[in-house]
Formats: sequence, structure tokens, C-alpha cells
Amino acid sequence: MIKALFEYQFLQNAFFAGILASVVCGIIGVIIVEKKLVMMSGGIAHTSYGGVGLGYLMGFEPIIGAFLFAICAALGIGYIKRKGGARSDVVIGLFWSLGMALGILFIALMPGYPPDLSSYLFGSILSVTKSDLYLMISITLIVILVIVSLYSYWKAYLFDEEFALIIGLKTAFMEYLLLVLVAMTVVVLIRVVGIILVLALLTAPAATAGMLTSNLKNRMLYAILFGIVFCLAGLWISYALNIASGAAIVFIAVMCYFLFYIVHTFFLKLNRKSIAAATGKS
Amino acid sequence: MTNTAVHINNLSVYYGQTPALTGVCLDVADGDYLGIIGPNGGGKSTLLKAILGLVPVSEGTVQIYGKSPGKSRALVGYVPQFAAMDRRFPITLLEVVLTGRLKQGLTPFRFTAKDKEIAHELLERVGIGSLANRQIAKLSGGEFQKMLIARALAVNPRLLLLDEPTASVDAVSRDQIYGLLAELNQNMTIILVTHDLLAISSQVHRLACLNGRLVYHGEPELTGNIVNNLYGCPVDLIAHGVPHRVLKEHGEGNQID
Repeated sequence: MIKALFEYQFLQNAFFAGILASVVCGIIGVIIVEKKLVMMSGGIAHTSYGGVGLGYLMGFEPIIGAFLFAICAALGIGYIKRKGGARSDVVIGLFWSLGMALGILFIALMPGYPPDLSSYLFGSILSVTKSDLYLMISITLIVILVIVSLYSYWKAYLFDEEFALIIGLKTAFMEYLLLVLVAMTVVVLIRVVGIILVLALLTAPAATAGMLTSNLKNRMLYAILFGIVFCLAGLWISYALNIASGAAIVFIAVMCYFLFYIVHTFFLKLNRKSIAAATGKS
Repeated sequence: MTNTAVHINNLSVYYGQTPALTGVCLDVADGDYLGIIGPNGGGKSTLLKAILGLVPVSEGTVQIYGKSPGKSRALVGYVPQFAAMDRRFPITLLEVVLTGRLKQGLTPFRFTAKDKEIAHELLERVGIGSLANRQIAKLSGGEFQKMLIARALAVNPRLLLLDEPTASVDAVSRDQIYGLLAELNQNMTIILVTHDLLAISSQVHRLACLNGRLVYHGEPELTGNIVNNLYGCPVDLIAHGVPHRVLKEHGEGNQID
């Protein structure tokens, strides 16, 4: 595959797309896992399907439509959650379904044969274009800039939002900003693993990294590395076996998480037993 | 300069249609040490949140050193109930205390050597300086509570609000926390919410009893009548020789601690 990587442009695009997706996943994934925003991220991802449908119907780039819908969903869910009066899981569920329904309706309204949407639903890293890459690079740079430059604020906000508000941080703004970053991350991931599989790539590297280190910064770095390994391994399997790339990446990511979980739990129990034995002896 | 730290006038707070506090009038003098007791749901934490400006006030006013809560945040340190916090979050004690040194607004920011020095000093002051680089997941309840006090002090407050700082900590840590608060009271006003009915009288200068409204505000000596009026039924302060509150007229299993 390495020889092919130097030969074919589509493989080079896929390689860089995997790296970029891993970077945003590593950073935003750790934050959403710690902030317990996994289902909200799922809601944002699935709502973006409406934008894909609108893009096809109106004749503009579907990924731009997905981006706009994801941003609207992020801000809408965030606003209703903050204003209260409705349970956030209900709101997430409704946005989730509405986005999917709108996508289906927009496609149905198109004249002629409907387009194949499987690359948006399940990802198609091997069909990433140069323009996709430019969009992914821009979004990745924005995510890195926002998180790194305000890292101390993010840490305070993630650990104790109430205290962050008391000391005068603009927590409402930070929440909306975070949700917009999640929406942007989702857009990067749609081309790699697709709308339906986004959650796995957002959570698996972050959760796996969480078993290895208790330092937030290191957790993000480990999650990026795991993401790169999962994406490149999935890409290689997809190329070698000629199977769906998104599904291969997600399968490897989830299996690695479970493998780490089993090993981690085993060593945790072993450690507890040895401590108990040492305590018993003394 | 006003010598009233907190001025609360006819304060009412509602959660939806449910009143949490009604018609509370309370003044706390600068340098005072006020203890607030009351049953669960009596509005103690809500009162602290009203002072902090975290809950919408339905009626009345709250002033901190003559300013509205929103404009007096730099003057107030807050120690929340630690049971509600995520103790598995990947962060060290030092990093937690440093969050108290963050500047308002959202501009790129790095902690200075002075910030770190202050954070270390505060951890030493609360007695957990040697644990500065330990993850919070590895702390005991008492250590966690002391860390939250250090974080509140990092703001350099004139008024310190504490919500049940001795809940779920052992007797040694509880005594250490009370000792620390007495020392801090020499330089700052303290409002302490607690369920620790036995210890409160000997610790604070004044006492307020809340049960949706202000039932009592005055000297800290806690009489049976005050407690019975507050909880709405007769209460024993001692059970099995330890400071528990037990509803006298209820059967076994109705202990409310």
C-alpha cells in the first residue's frame, strides 16, 4: 500500500484526511467525553444530513449544507438546553430525527434519479477531494487555535462550569463556541466515516486514551495518536480487502477500545489484589 | 466604604412555580462569620446562589459590599458542595487551584510564576501542599474539600461562601476545616451553610436558620426550640453519642442526616 500511496492522488488525499480527522477527533473527542456531550454530538451529526439533502436539491456542495445544518443544530440544541423548559435528551432526539427527515424529504423532492448518499452516511475516505482537504485543513486549524489559545479557560470550564461563571468567565459563550467546534469536527469526520459512524471516531480514541493517562493534555495527544492508527489501519484494510473504509476504521476503533478496556480492567483488578495482599501482610 | 458585606432585602426565589425562598431579609456585617442551617430543600444553597448571582431573583435585592452580585464577583470566593462534582476529571490539585487565578474575559492566557507560587502557598495553607501534583481522583473527601477552599481563596476574596464543606469528611478533617475557617475569618467575612448542628454554635459568630423563609437570625446558641421550629417537628441533636439529627416522632430509618 505504501507504494500505492506515492502513486495515487486519492490515497494521498485519504491519508491526509485521516490525519486531519484524527487531530480534531483527539482534541474535541476528549472534551465531549469529559463534558458528557457524546449524544449531543450525535444529534448534531445526524441533523447535518438535512444539509446534505438541501445541498443536492439546491445544487450546492452538500458538505457546505451539512456544515450549515450542523452549526444551526449546535446553536439550537445549546440555546434550548440553556433556556431550560425542555430536557436536553428530548431536544437532541428531535433535532436528530428532524435532520434525517429533512434530508430524506429534500432528496425525494429532487427531479430524476436520487443521488447515492452512502458516502455521506457511511463515509468514503478514498473519495476525499482536494477541496474537501482544504475545508478540513481550515477547520482543523480553527479547532487547534481555539482550544490551544484558551486552554486554561477550557480546563476551568470543563471541570466546574459553575465556578467558571462565578469568577467571571463567559460560560454561555464558551458553551456555544464548543458546540460550534463540535459541529465543525463533525463536518471533517463526515467525509472520513460518515454521519452515522461519526460518534465512534469521536469517542473511541478519546475513551481509549482516558484509560492510559490522567493528564488532559496527554489524553488529547494520545487520542490523536490512536485516531491516526485507527484511520490508517482502517484505510489499509479497506484498500487491501476492497471494503467500506468508514466501517473498517470504526470497527478497528471500537475493537481496540474494548481490547484496552479488558486489559485495563484486568490490570486494575490485579493491582487491587496486590494492594489488598500487601495490606493484609502488614 | 460600606461595613455591610451582604445586604439582602425581601428576597424571593422561585424555581418555576415552586418557591425556594420567600421574603428573606438578612444583613451580614463585614468580618462576620455567619452559619446557616436548615432542612434539606430549605433554601440554604439557593441563598448562596442568590448572593453569587447564579439564580434569578423573583423579588427583592441582594448587594455585596454595596454592589450587585454580578459586579462583585471578584470579591467573592465560593466553595461548592463537592458531592456534585466530577471527581474523575483529569486534573491535578495545583491546576484546580490555579483556575481561581484566571482573569475575566477570554483572551489567550498563561499562568505566571506568581500565580503558581500563590497556588502552592494556598495549598500549603490548607494543609495539602505535598499533594499539589496529585490527580483529584486520588484524593480523600477531606483533601478534596480543602482543595476547593484553596481554589476559592485563590480569587483573593473579601467574602467566602461555603456550602456544606464538612459534609462526608472525617472528624479530623472537619476540625481542620473549622480551624482554617476561624483563621481565615480574621481577614474575611464568612458565610457557612452546614448540617453540622452540634459544631455550628461553637464555630460561628451568628446563626441564621432557613426553611423557605428566615426562621431565626441572631446569636449562635442553638436551642431545642429553634431547631424544632426550623425542622417543623421535634429533633434530637445527639443520637448514639454522635452529632446526628433524629426526628423524635418518626420511626426507625427516618434519620435525616
